[in-house]
This record gives sequence, structure tokens and C-alpha cells, in this order.
Amino acid sequence: MSVNPQIHIKNYLRESQIFLGRAVFAGVVVGLFALILIVHLGRLQILEHDHFTTLSRDNRVKLEPLPPTRGLIYDANGVLLAQNLPAYSLEIVPEKAGDVKRTIDELTRVIPISNDDRARFARLRRQRRRFDGIPIRVKLSDEELARFAVNRHRFPGVDIHATLLRQYPLAELTAHVLGYVGRINDREIKTIDMSEYSGTSHIGKNGIEKAYEKLLHGHVGLQQVEVNAKGRTLRVLESTPPVRGRDLHLFLDTDLQKTALDAFGDYSGALVAINPKTGGVLALVSKPGFDPNLFVEGISSATYKALRDSEEKPLFNRVLRGQYPPGSTVKPFFALAGLETGAVTPSKKILCRGFYLLPGHDHKYRDWKKWGHGKMDVRSAITQSCDVYFYDLAHTLGVDRMHDFLTPFSFGHHTGIDLTGELRGLLPSSAWKRRVYKQPWYPGETLIMGIGQGYFLATPLQLAAATAALANRGIYVRPRVVKAVGSAQSGRPPHPTVLSSSRIPASNPANWETVISAMVKVIEGKHGTARSIRTDAYHIAGKTGTAQVFSIKQDEEYDEEKIARKMRDHALFIAFAPVEDPQIAVAVVVEHGGHGGSVAAPIARRVMDKYLLKQ
Amino acid sequence: MIYSPTTLAPSEPARQHGLLTRLHLDLPLLSGLLLLCGYGLVVLYSASGQDFGKVERQAIRLALAFVGMFMAAQIPPIHMRRWSPWLYLAGVLMLIAVLLFGDIGKGAQRWLNLGLFRFQPSEMLKLALPMMVAWYLAEQPLPPTWQRLAIAGALVLVPTLLIAKQPDLGTAVLVAAAGIFVLFLSGIGWKIIAAVGGLLMALAPAAWYLMHDYQRQRVLTFLNPERDPLGAGYHIIQSKIAIGSGGLFGKGWLNGTQSHLEFLPERSTDFIFAVLSEEFGLVGILVLMALYLFIVYRGLYIATRGQDTYSRLLAGSLTLVFFVYVIVNTGMVTGLLPVVGVPLPLISYGGTSLVTILAGFGILMSIHTHRKLLPT
Repeated sequence: MSVNPQIHIKNYLRESQIFLGRAVFAGVVVGLFALILIVHLGRLQILEHDHFTTLSRDNRVKLEPLPPTRGLIYDANGVLLAQNLPAYSLEIVPEKAGDVKRTIDELTRVIPISNDDRARFARLRRQRRRFDGIPIRVKLSDEELARFAVNRHRFPGVDIHATLLRQYPLAELTAHVLGYVGRINDREIKTIDMSEYSGTSHIGKNGIEKAYEKLLHGHVGLQQVEVNAKGRTLRVLESTPPVRGRDLHLFLDTDLQKTALDAFGDYSGALVAINPKTGGVLALVSKPGFDPNLFVEGISSATYKALRDSEEKPLFNRVLRGQYPPGSTVKPFFALAGLETGAVTPSKKILCRGFYLLPGHDHKYRDWKKWGHGKMDVRSAITQSCDVYFYDLAHTLGVDRMHDFLTPFSFGHHTGIDLTGELRGLLPSSAWKRRVYKQPWYPGETLIMGIGQGYFLATPLQLAAATAALANRGIYVRPRVVKAVGSAQSGRPPHPTVLSSSRIPASNPANWETVISAMVKVIEGKHGTARSIRTDAYHIAGKTGTAQVFSIKQDEEYDEEKIARKMRDHALFIAFAPVEDPQIAVAVVVEHGGHGGSVAAPIARRVMDKYLLKQ
Repeated sequence: MIYSPTTLAPSEPARQHGLLTRLHLDLPLLSGLLLLCGYGLVVLYSASGQDFGKVERQAIRLALAFVGMFMAAQIPPIHMRRWSPWLYLAGVLMLIAVLLFGDIGKGAQRWLNLGLFRFQPSEMLKLALPMMVAWYLAEQPLPPTWQRLAIAGALVLVPTLLIAKQPDLGTAVLVAAAGIFVLFLSGIGWKIIAAVGGLLMALAPAAWYLMHDYQRQRVLTFLNPERDPLGAGYHIIQSKIAIGSGGLFGKGWLNGTQSHLEFLPERSTDFIFAVLSEEFGLVGILVLMALYLFIVYRGLYIATRGQDTYSRLLAGSLTLVFFVYVIVNTGMVTGLLPVVGVPLPLISYGGTSLVTILAGFGILMSIHTHRKLLPT
């Protein structure tokens, strides 16, 4: 560089000249690039013009995607839960039909077309190109098919299209587990690989159908077809067949599922049964349910509105998304926390007078039993669900030790189940309250948390997963719905899904047995809160709970007016059996069921009977 | 040309020139842009499958973008220069915000939700980055020292990496190009250019490991279109057939069989050049290229007549970036370059880049019409 770097005075003339030089250079490069491009295009359009014209004129060869067949879903006993049935739909290609509105009006005289059909047609038409077929009627009956075939010559651009439609034989019974498929919407288009879905119109929207979309869908195939000048297929030249979606085998037992659903009677609520050893979900009931078949070919807006606005919330998956105060069902877990940390010993007794006072305060924290339980140790406190004992225990433990001990049981975070849409519930801590409410944690709130009320929220799935960990004496197993993934085509045995478990840090095995023996007394003891379900066939360990309904205020699902009508508490029950070698862990929430012992426990008993005794 | 603000009163040029100059518009540039946009709407009508609604929506977007250009042209370059660092800083902060809390669309995080509307900060950087680098380099005598060059390089690199991370390769390339052009125009030595170029080529294999899966797919598809015959590879094959079969004069407007019967999903956006080539042939392409070159050369001319170093660097960089759009898009459609999501400027359907491009031309017009000393 010729300029002495010491001189820091701007030389405007020189800078202008430098720039001019560079700009001229850039201009030359721009021209050069343009020239290269034009030469390249000239080669394509003049030298190779004949070649490409031949390709284009004889471009009778068109690539067509071949949609894969969606994988089937079976329950644990091989019962088919989701299948694909052939269905015929009527499609219009706007470019060929000419006046689309008149075509539809004329068609209406041949086969019935509802306003919903027209609305769907209009909606899909906006997403697709003029030369794509758009369905105007779906699921044609044989008679309709025949009637159209006779009149076909009158409708250019209208064609019958054969497809496979997803169907759920058990309808409502499996709705909240399987979910359903529906037409791919605008939002989903942006997140999927378009070439993979180029022949597919449906996608999993919910449940297993969504969580296992990738496996169920399979891989698109492709065929080269010869078409005439109007784009109609003449013959297939070459094809790569699609790869069928993988079949899924579930842990779910539909007989058990049906027993559970029936056991609820007229009540709404949720039930989850888990095999504690595998984490396999044996039954998953969210009542009421809905018919998922309605969603496959586009639900009419009136039906959808009725479902959505129904007071009973049939579309709401209570198992994964219902967040309830767990009430007294968490007492065994806190008892364990107390024993493990040394906050209490098995022999330590506390006098329950029906209320508890924080040192230095005169507010009375009441027990559900007005006159008190008398002298209580940790076993009798669980068996009789003494609140005062757990107020005292909570006060000794403090919120953060309670939070830390319950975390590995899945409270406050996802259980890790292989379904989408699971909510976390809420396991409060002082740090959480400072973060969210910008307030310190108050000692009174610790007491309330000790009996599973206050901020504490859990989903039925979390309760079941935690109960299973209790049944395993400290091994948390991630719940899962799918047992194995297989393909009917390959003939290979299904590939099992992975068991994943973790040990909950608790050093003394005796403490687990102390708590579990107390839970057995809940059913078999003289004062047990669930003594009504006692059976001689096997031993059950359980715990009842009651969730005050006004706490649900945090859950926007309910409004004031309805609370006034339905003031009864939610009934909860957790249990596992047989105690010595647990095969099944159950969590039940009965909405507005009153007391856990009288309403929720018998439901759990029927499910356990069905599973363990096959009756 | 020596800057001496006292020789003429600020209102002088406005009196000497007509209404357009008083409105701070440049007639040659404006006419070129209007012709190009008109041409684009004609092609879009055919490419969209004669969907007039789509043409109408695009026309409305264009009108709004031209209003934006007009407004940008009213801001004197001296103000732009003063705002440059702040705009740049705000842009980079927003890019960081996008990475932290941005909305996800099409698998990438590009949008920042500001409550009322969504905003794509990477678009803003297309203007703010060259402004910043020009501001920084114009502070001291040119050509820049090594030290200042390194800092300017960092100024380019930071937002480029942030955008590439979103991931939005197309925009990252354009933003980086904008900064690099400023450096080039500032007169950095040829040796440095050669050294950096060589280094980048040596590092190219390393880039492979940093790429996202879908980006690797694109490179592989570019090298061998047959390997993905249903996806992007198919587009390239079909788009070449469309272009080649167009011939010298094309098949005529609305008569492009290739683009009407075949499977060309992006034909009104990224692949619109194939539709144009099929229906208007090489002649149509020459007209298009003539318009583009006219705009680019007018832009470079405006840059050389710029009154201070900042204006010249900024105007030159904005003009060259516009040409990069053209080359990257046409290169992709004709199979010369891999598929990168860059639209054909002012022709492709869609509004995001439209606003930025026309705002850039607004800046050029401002630079040209706010000069205080006009050589005759």
C-alpha cells in the first residue's frame, strides 16, 4: 500500500477513485455473470431445445406418488383397534370441470351433497392447485356409486376416487388412547416433509396416531406413468412400491378398558392402570369419550361444536391433561419422605385433636375428622388419613425437602409416556413460588401441601406412575402404551419398545415396607378408609383421597355457575396389587364422586379383579 | 469531487430539477423497477394457474413496498449514517431474541412475535449490516487498516452466524454478501481477497459437518438430481425441461404445458423463472436480464456519484446484493447452483423480501437526490 499509514487525514479524492475502480470492477463481474447465465440458457433453449422439446412433448411420463398404507394398531390380545377400510369419494378437478359451481349444483340432483360437503370443498380448494382433484363427497354408498357411474358422461372433470380410510372399530372405548387421524391442515403442511406426504391426505392429530405418526405412516412410493395430453394416466411404466407403515402392538387390554369404563357408571373421570414391572399402560380411560371416526373425514361444524362445548368435556383427555389436587393420595409419599430423612421414626406418635396450630399462630388447620384421631403413628396416620399428623410432618420437612423427594416419582414433570400432550401438573417449591408469584413461601402453605392441597396438582397418569414406583419399592418405570413395533409384511417378529427405569434415592428398604403395610391396612384394617373393597383373593395396598372442587378454580375448565351446581368433591384412589408381587397399579379420579373410599376404590377393585382374577 | 457544503444552498437541486427530484425519486431507477414489477405480475398470472386473486394480493404488496421505498427516499443519508450503529445493534439483539423466544415456522426460527405483528429481524439486517460496515469504515481513511478490517469482518460474521443458526441459509448468504461487498468496495487489497477466498475454499469441507440434514440433502441433490426424484431433484429436472422446451420465443403466455400439467410446487415463488422461460423463451429472458442489468448499472452509477464514502459504500453494496438475488435464484432454477431459498427479486410471489429490496432502492434514491453539490 502506497499511503503512509501515519496520515489519518481523509483523502476524499483518493477514496472516490478507489471506489470508482472497485465499482467498475464489480460492474464488469456483474456483466460477466449475466453473460454466463445467458450463455447457459442459450445452450438449454437453443442448442438443446430439440432435446427438451421432445422431452416436454413426450413428457407423457409423469411421476406420481404412491401413498403408503398406514400401519395397524392392535391391543395386547391381538384385537384390532385401528384399521384401513376402502372408501370411495367423488373428486372434482376444477381446471377440467369448467364451471365448478354449476357442476356441483348438477351433481346434487344425482347424489346428495350437504352444506358441510360444500364448505369442505371450498376450504380444500384454496389449498390445492387447479389441476388437483378435490373431494366433494366422501364415503359414497354402493347405490350412490352406481347412480354416478350411469351419469358420469355428464360430468367432465368429476371422478370417483378410491382411498383407504382409517377406521376405529371400538370407537369411543379407545378414543383417548389412539387419538385419530384427520386431513393435513395448513399448519401441519409447514412441519412435514412434503415429498413424503405427497400422496397422503391424512395425518395423526392426537394420541398414538400423532405420537407414532412417523412409524405408522411408512414411506411414500413412486410410479412413472404415461399420461395423455390432458394428463390422464394411460399406463404405468415403472414403480417403486411404497413401504407400508409399521404396525403397533399395545400393552392396552381392551377387555380391561371396557370393565373400567363400565365401572364408572354415570360418573365422569379418569382411570389409568399400569403394569409396574414394564410401565405398560393396561387401561387408560377418560370418561366421557367420543367417537374418533367422526374426525377422520372431517367432522361437521355442528357436531364438533356440540362436542367442544359439552359440559362434560368429552374431548378433554383427563388422564394426560386433567390436573387435580391429589389430596390424601400423596400421604404415603410424604410418609416415606419423613422416614427417609429422619423427620419421623416409625414409632413416633402425635396427638391429633382435630386441628393443628403453627407455632406462634392461632389459625387452626383442621382435620377432616372434627374431634380428632387421637394418638397417631405413621402407619395409623396413613390408614386413617389423619391430616394433623401430616401437617406436623410437612412442617418438619419443609416445602423444599418435600418437593425434592417427590420429584423422582414424576410429580411436577412429564412422566415420559409415549403420547403427546401430557401436562406437568404442579409440584410447588419455594423457588417456584418466588419465580411465579414473586412472593415468599408461607409456612401455612407447607401444611396444606402435606395433605395434597393448595398449589399441588397432579394428573391421573402421574398418580399411577408414582403408585407403580411405590409398588416396585423405589424403581420408577417410564409408562408406555406401545409394547412392540412390527411389520406384517416383513414377517419378522415385532420389535419391542424400550423399558426405561430409574432408581428413586431412598436407602432403607424397611421404610418402603412400613408405608406399604400401612397402605394394606387402608383396605384391610378396622379403621381403613377403603375397607369396603377388602377381598380374600389377593392383598391390595391403596390410599384414598378427596380433592376439594373449589380448588379446581385454577382449572379454567369450570366456571362459577357450574361449581354451585356440582359442589361435591372429586374422589381419588390409588392402589396396587398383589402386594407381594405387584402386577397392576391403578389411579382413579371420579369427578364429583364425593369420598375416595366409597366411589373411587370400588372402581379400582373391579379393574384389579378383572386383571388378576380374569373375572 | 470535493465535498464543500457551503457552495450551494440545500434547496438548490430541487429547483434545478423537476418534481421527481423534489420527491427524492430517481426517474431511471423508478421506471426500471416499475417495468420489472409489471412484467412479474404478468408472469405470476400464468404461474399461479390464472388465479387473479393471487395477482391482486401481490399487486397490493408491491404497492405497499413502493410506499416504503418512497418513505426511505425521504430520509437524508446523513441521518441514515447517524442511525446505522443503532439499527445494527437493535437488529443483532433481535436476532438473539429470535433464537431465544422466536416463533417456529417451516422448521426454522425466524420470526419475532411483537404482539400485534410478526417481524423477521434477519430481513432488517439486510439493510442494517451494510449500513453499519459502511459507517464503521467511512470513519477513517480508506483503504482500511488490518485492525479495522478485522473488526469489520467480525461485524459481518456475528449476524451471519446468528441467521445461519435459525437456520436460514438463503438470508445468511445475502446478509454476508452485503457486508463483504462493502469491504470489497472500500478498497481492501487484492492479496487479502485472494487469501480469504483461498481459506474459505479450504474450509468448505468443514462446513459439511456444520450443516443441517436438509441442507446436506440439498447439496447432494444439486450434485446428483436423480437421487431425490420426487423432491428437489425432480424440481430441477422438470424446471430444466420447462426452460429448454421454451426455445427462442417460448410457447406463449398461459401456454406453458410443462408448468401447467406437471409437478412443480414452487412455480409461483422460487421457480417462477422456469415458467417465464417456458412461456417467453430466450427473448423473454433477455428482456428480464436487460431490466435487471439496467437497474444494477443505474445503482452502481448512483453509487459512484455518491457524495461521501458512506453513501458510496452503502449504495454500491445494496445494488450488488440485488444482483446476488438474481444470480442465486436463476442459478438454482437452471441447475447451476444448489437449491437455496432465495426468490427471484420483484418477480416471485411473496412479500417478505419485497419490502427490504424496495427500501434498499429507496436508500439509493435518497443518496442520489440529497446531494448538495450537483456536477453538471
